[in-house]
Amino acid sequence: MTAIVVRRAAIAIAILLLLTLPLWASGSYYVNIASQILLFAVFALALNVLVGYGGLVSLGHAGLFAIAGYTAALMLENGFGHLVADLTALVVVLAAAAVFAVLALRATGIGFLMITLALGQIVWGVAYRWAGLTHGDNGVNVSSRPAPFGISLSGATSFYFATLVVFLTAVVAMALFVRSPFGASLRGTRDQARRMNALGYNVWLIRFVAFLFSGFWSGVAGLLFIYYTDFISPQTAQLQSSAEALLMVISGGSATLLGPIVGAGIVVIMKNVVSAYLERWNMALGIIFVFIITFMPEGLVPGSVRLSKLAWQSLCRRPPAPAPVEERAP
Amino acid sequence: MSQHLSLAQYLTLAVNSISYGGLLFLLSAGFSLIFGLMRIPNLMHGSFFMLGAYFGVTFLARGINFWLAALLSAAAMAAIGALIERFLLRRLAGQELAQVLLTLGLSFVVADACLMIWTGDPWQPATPSGLQGALQVSGLFFPIFRLAVVAVAVVVAIALWLLVDWTRLGAMIRAGVDDAPIARVVGIKVSQLFTLIFALGAGLAAFGGVMGSPILSVYPGLDAEMLPVALIVVILGGTGSLLGALVGSFIIGFLYNYGQALFPDLAYVILFLPMVVVLVLRPQGLFGKVVP
Repeated sequence: MTAIVVRRAAIAIAILLLLTLPLWASGSYYVNIASQILLFAVFALALNVLVGYGGLVSLGHAGLFAIAGYTAALMLENGFGHLVADLTALVVVLAAAAVFAVLALRATGIGFLMITLALGQIVWGVAYRWAGLTHGDNGVNVSSRPAPFGISLSGATSFYFATLVVFLTAVVAMALFVRSPFGASLRGTRDQARRMNALGYNVWLIRFVAFLFSGFWSGVAGLLFIYYTDFISPQTAQLQSSAEALLMVISGGSATLLGPIVGAGIVVIMKNVVSAYLERWNMALGIIFVFIITFMPEGLVPGSVRLSKLAWQSLCRRPPAPAPVEERAP
Repeated sequence: MSQHLSLAQYLTLAVNSISYGGLLFLLSAGFSLIFGLMRIPNLMHGSFFMLGAYFGVTFLARGINFWLAALLSAAAMAAIGALIERFLLRRLAGQELAQVLLTLGLSFVVADACLMIWTGDPWQPATPSGLQGALQVSGLFFPIFRLAVVAVAVVVAIALWLLVDWTRLGAMIRAGVDDAPIARVVGIKVSQLFTLIFALGAGLAAFGGVMGSPILSVYPGLDAEMLPVALIVVILGGTGSLLGALVGSFIIGFLYNYGQALFPDLAYVILFLPMVVVLVLRPQGLFGKVVP
């Protein structure tokens, strides 16, 4: 009972803090960072559907993110309206996700990871090399932000609220997804694919639909991204971007709703702080990756709790040494 | 978009394709063996190639002979590979996903460290003396260095084939690739094989990097360019199969060069097409076995 009350209170406080953020965060810089965190949280939540609940680790999601961004940016450049461009982008990203899924779901586990990596690289290659379509390394500028219901999103605060609305929608969609029978069957395919198959579930179809769902929200995040930066370039599609998104998922703790959000916050803040002082973000990204995987595979928050407990125990009571496990065998 | 080429240009492209295929084989043979034995795609393999090439150009800048520089770089990279396997990957034995992500993280560290040490400017060593110029055969020119690259790749391929198919060590490697747990049961020290193969793969990639440096030059981002190519070669040829890596390397070598010349915008996409076809029709790769 009390746990539920605490949980609900925490959610209420978090939403209240998010709603009032532009009031207490001083200056548009911090509001922009908050927008960035929210949009990457949407991306991380989308990736978490596959990584956390489906057990399928994708290294090609930056490709989907960029496909949506590029489609919308190129259509806007050619004079289409925001609504048409964004809707087309979402249709295109769904189609791309379907192609990705059909190819990548030929395998699971490591094979899935390799195929998604290769597919992500194709997207990067098109963005970088097909200069006639994508302007190559110069990228595509997005000249204006949309104005839904006549509200201009050109300011930091109004854009923040628009991102917040999308973010909350994504969280609700994820929560419903996780609790639905479909979410349960997806977790089933992660834990016991053969049993699920024997029980009559179509494992492939479940994974396929999960991939589409994940691709759709990645596309939504990609759209938020181009409106946030007013720009998209091949960098968005490169392997580092996919790795960053994966780091958000695993650093916060995958297969939870809160984990990817916390992870997005950690990664975006670290990226901004590190980039402000030194130019070595990629090295920091790599080191954090290696550190988390080696020492805290369960995620930063539960991992630090475990490690600090261990450190505390070894400091406090050094004598009774833990019973050697090997000697239990007769 | 497509361009018309003369017959001579087609032939020159063919030579370039074969030499690029040779480089790819040096890169992907180790990748394939590591994948076959350890069941993980080593996402650092492009980094080994690039770091090896940087070592090579550094040695060359000190005035060391080209072949000696290539061998020194390969030896240094093999030692680094062995250390990485022994002290980082070994800690995560059995957790394949964590191992893959570890190599991914390390590849970012290596890429940034290279950028720090060797700056962002490309390094292109001169073609080694004695291998400059071109052979002229009935009015066509074949650059000698590219022919030498092919010769080296063929020698390495034969050496690897002899090693894997005709020695006791090779038999142990094959046993490990086929069924690691059973190989352990019959007394083969599979973990030592892991270290050995990882070092061998790293050394071969570095050697390929030095061999490729006069052709490709060395620049930041070379790792990210070579890694997916190694990946497609191995998906195409089948994991753990040297023959697959050889055939895959030459297929990709031809596609890459002709694609660049005929459809420059889409060269990168064309590169991935055979992988897509193989995945749909024959997921285990051309020469791969079905892994249970």
